[in-house]
Amino acid sequence: MTGVFLVGLIGAAASLLLIGELLRRRQLREKYAVLWLVVAPVIAVLALVPSLLDAAADVVGVADPVNLLLFLGVLVLLGVCLHLSWECSRLEEETRSLVEEVALLRHRVDRLERP
Amino acid sequence: MSVLAIVPCFNEQDSVAAVVADLHRHLPEADVLVVDDASTDRTRDIARLAGADVVSLCVNLGVGGAMRVGYRYADEHGYDQVLQVDGDGQHDSSQARLLLDALDGADLVIGARFAGTGEYDVRGPRRWSMQLLAAVLSRRTRVRLTDTTSGFRATGPRATQLFARHYAAEYLGDTVEAIVLAHKAGLTISQVPVTMRARTTGRPSAHPVQAVLYLGRVALALVLSSVRKFP
Repeated sequence: MTGVFLVGLIGAAASLLLIGELLRRRQLREKYAVLWLVVAPVIAVLALVPSLLDAAADVVGVADPVNLLLFLGVLVLLGVCLHLSWECSRLEEETRSLVEEVALLRHRVDRLERP
Repeated sequence: MSVLAIVPCFNEQDSVAAVVADLHRHLPEADVLVVDDASTDRTRDIARLAGADVVSLCVNLGVGGAMRVGYRYADEHGYDQVLQVDGDGQHDSSQARLLLDALDGADLVIGARFAGTGEYDVRGPRRWSMQLLAAVLSRRTRVRLTDTTSGFRATGPRATQLFARHYAAEYLGDTVEAIVLAHKAGLTISQVPVTMRARTTGRPSAHPVQAVLYLGRVALALVLSSVRKFP
């Protein structure tokens, strides 16, 4: 086992532990954790059995297996970014509705409290 | 016929009192609602002193957000007609009656600055943006619209109800998307020529770089509004 794959294994284990701990402390919502919980074991498996990556590269016709790994990594990150942007847009819309509601309610309270 | 004049304001302490006073003078029957979009100056107190009802947002939402609050308020209180007037004093409330009268034959009336009367001059990319908007939206709605970004507009009950539920908060959403939304909902849109006053305070954004960016955002808003799903 080469040093590089040892690093991969340690990285996978560390991120699994970190995510597990964040979930345990209720600092991370499940829907954001799922993706990482899937990615980490995949990395661990690839680190343990590097020939899998070679075989996969062979199947899809990528000359250098590392390129396949990097490509997939970028793809995953892109997906995560998009997901976060989407969640952010939803949150903004929710905030907006709340701000409007609060403003109208406060106006009503002011009116009711006026002597 | 109950009328609500909505004045969206963001840091307009120098002009809001005059706007409210003008509205009271020219439209004595109308209730005036100032929507204070989280101003950091004394807009809220000054508007209240001037005799307007004030709704204050705790987070700045932009004109679109402020206007949806106004439309929701109008809808909840059952106003027949709603008038939108900018807080910076560029809209002449003596012409508000023209807009409200035009509601007889339309659901959404837009006070247009380039339709013949008055002097309102913009040049360069900003003008192209406005022309592009006017051309595309006129074509789509099959109504001749020359000034689609005008914030001087009036709505009847159907448009008010629609806007109380769906009013885009995004940039240009308050003007461009509102027109497309009204059209897709089957409402009648019309335009009335108005004169604009020079702003009493503040300056229009005239920097060339800003104007070009504006053109880009206009193009994006137009594309989005044509492909977006509307409720």
